[in-house]
Amino acid sequence: MLEIKNLQASVEEKPILKGLDLTINAGEVHAIMGPNGAGKSTLANVLAGQADYEVDGGSVSFHGEDLFELEIEERAAKGLFLSFQYPLEIPGVATMTFLKESINAQRKQRGENELSTPNFMKIVKEKAQQLNVTPEMLRRPLNVGFSGGEKKRNEILQMLLLEPSLCILDETDSGLDIDALRVVADGVNSLRSPDRAMLIITHYQRLLDYIKPDFVHILVDGKIVKSGGAELAHELERDGYKDIIASA
Amino acid sequence: MAAIKETVNTVAEIDLDNYKYGFTTDIEVDKAPKGLNEDIVRFISAKKDEPEWMLEWRLSAFRRWKKLEEPDWSSVHYPKIDFEDLYYYAAPKKKIELDSLDDLDPDILETYKKLGIPLKEQEILAGVKGASNIAVDAVFDSVSVVTTFKAKLAESGVIFCPISEAIREHPELVKKYLASVVPVGDNFYAALNSAVFTDGSFVYIPKGVRCPMELSTYFRINEPNTGQFERTLIIAEAGSHVSYLEGCTAPMRDENQLHAAVVEIVVMDDAEVKYSTVQNWYPGNSEGVGGVYNFVTKRADCIGKNSKVSWTQVETGSAITWKYPSCILRGDGSQGEFYSIAISNGYQQIDSGTKMIHLGKNTKSRIISKGISAGHSSNCYRGIVSTQRSATNVRNFTQCDSLLIGDKCSAHTIPYIEARNSSSTFEHEATTSKINDDVMFYCRQRGLNEEEAVAVIVNGFCKEVLQNLPMEFAVEAQKLVAISLEGSVG
Ligand SMILES: Nc1ncnc2c1ncn2[C@@H]1O[C@H](COP(=O)(O)OP(=O)(O)OP(=O)(O)O)[C@@H](O)[C@H]1O
Ligand SMILES: [Mg+2]
Repeated sequence: MLEIKNLQASVEEKPILKGLDLTINAGEVHAIMGPNGAGKSTLANVLAGQADYEVDGGSVSFHGEDLFELEIEERAAKGLFLSFQYPLEIPGVATMTFLKESINAQRKQRGENELSTPNFMKIVKEKAQQLNVTPEMLRRPLNVGFSGGEKKRNEILQMLLLEPSLCILDETDSGLDIDALRVVADGVNSLRSPDRAMLIITHYQRLLDYIKPDFVHILVDGKIVKSGGAELAHELERDGYKDIIASA
Repeated sequence: MAAIKETVNTVAEIDLDNYKYGFTTDIEVDKAPKGLNEDIVRFISAKKDEPEWMLEWRLSAFRRWKKLEEPDWSSVHYPKIDFEDLYYYAAPKKKIELDSLDDLDPDILETYKKLGIPLKEQEILAGVKGASNIAVDAVFDSVSVVTTFKAKLAESGVIFCPISEAIREHPELVKKYLASVVPVGDNFYAALNSAVFTDGSFVYIPKGVRCPMELSTYFRINEPNTGQFERTLIIAEAGSHVSYLEGCTAPMRDENQLHAAVVEIVVMDDAEVKYSTVQNWYPGNSEGVGGVYNFVTKRADCIGKNSKVSWTQVETGSAITWKYPSCILRGDGSQGEFYSIAISNGYQQIDSGTKMIHLGKNTKSRIISKGISAGHSSNCYRGIVSTQRSATNVRNFTQCDSLLIGDKCSAHTIPYIEARNSSSTFEHEATTSKINDDVMFYCRQRGLNEEEAVAVIVNGFCKEVLQNLPMEFAVEAQKLVAISLEGSVG
């Protein structure tokens, strides 16, 4: 589904990703861990198409297409979803309205009919309940005045609604309390399916206890220095980055 | 800021040329000769079958106008208008005193259909326009072509008719209130309007009556080189209530068209008038050619105690807008509100705002202005809040927010406060912001394209004002906001 080859990217002329390779197949869950500033969010943003990041080399194919040939919203409509490390606020736009606009914008791009309002409401209500997002939150302007944890739940709500084929989660667990972590993890797990893949960026083993990854990668200084199974995250939790970096 | 920069670079190629209402209608017209002199004033008056007193009134206004100078204090720039090079009267040739809609020239009916105006009462009743109950007066160039629901309104004593008809049928009301709020010599354009106004609406709501439906007028300029000078007079007797909406469009033409309207509202004790405008005159093309010059004087006089008037405007059209809907808060405890969304794109210039003149005690005013500038446009809020010495315990709240899209446009906020006593409270808030790159990226990551993202963000920015529009029009206004910003990004 996603094939990253020798990806190099920079921000303001400063190289961040320095030759990164990663292949993700449908049905797989990959976790990326790594020290602060290693380039994890950069990877997520480059994949999503954030214009501050310059792609200097390498290639990425997504569902067999050259990802960099696609506009940001085309990537989204083709199933790429990024749960932001720092979700944005949009004053005056009710969360519900924003959800409806996005789902219909994607459907329009794919040549599908817009969802009718009653139909949409039914789906939102169901998914919101699943994530403990209250009707009151849905009426409030998107993320404005939401707590850190509420914003993250709101990201996952959007993900459940949009049903992407590639879910990229950038530190979705940070800011969540213990109960919310479980709720969010359940939500994410409910999306696991043979034709969907996930790329989960996290610092902690905790989230991976709930969402079992098939692969764990360690990203240091813009490169994947080590890959392994779920046990690698445990090792990391126990030994920290030092040994891993040294042995890599 | 790379994304916005990219966006901005394409702003130059704004697609204003897709003005949705830009078609013209081929109908036979009856026109006055070009130019302006006393004979033209007489011609108009005669065409309107006016009584002698009205002709005299017009002639004195004309003489007054000759002595006045075009104002030059606003921020708008335009070549000098040649008032001799305009037509001051154009009317569809077919008989215009209609007994029923079926007599209306089918071409005009077709025009209004294209504009999405619910002219046919049956259609309205059948709920075509969101099952709304709206009486409509439609003004085509210089004449009112049809007023719907007249009979039903008459049952409750409400008069809603073309002003030309009111001059003939209700002279006592017209004589008493015409120019009582905007004196003939108030300003250059008001004087011009008084001399040559051709039509507009007249509304009278009797004492204690809640107008049973929304009233609305649609103005359409069709003929080239024709000025439209409409005159609207609304009188709300004690304890009455009315909500009125005007909508405006014009065809795409390379020449500039002139529109100089006067709207007067008189509000008695405890009465309430809500006046909403959706102004979408042709703004000119992407190079700034053509478009309507819109010089408008709108003013309400809250004569009565605890009376209330509320102006809500969505201004997306016109090459030039010069417009300051104002409230004279004369009655003790009266209230004035001004809610405005002004969107400029391409080479549009807007100089708009409000005046709140506090004369009575315990009077309140509230101003919410949202200006959005894109392209090469300029957008200026200009407002005055003033209180007289005797007007104690006055309160005003003003909020002016500007949103810039791109870096070739400009926004200015010029608020004046004149306080002549110390018991008054003024609050003023102003912000200027740009559409943020990160928010754009976020929206696009969710699947919205750039235009959809801008529309969503701008609608959020304008929310407080959109909420004040009558329900039936809020949705249309939202769409209009999106349409008028089309092409403002990538
Ligand atoms: N917009 C930007 N402008 C300047 N520098 C940036 C920008 N974005 C990222 N960087 C720099 O790039 C490097 C990688 O940042 P990135 O956000 O990808 O790290 P990360 O691995 O996600 O870290 P964390 O675990 O703290 O979230 C950092 O040194 C950061 O300061
Ligand atoms: Mg990060």
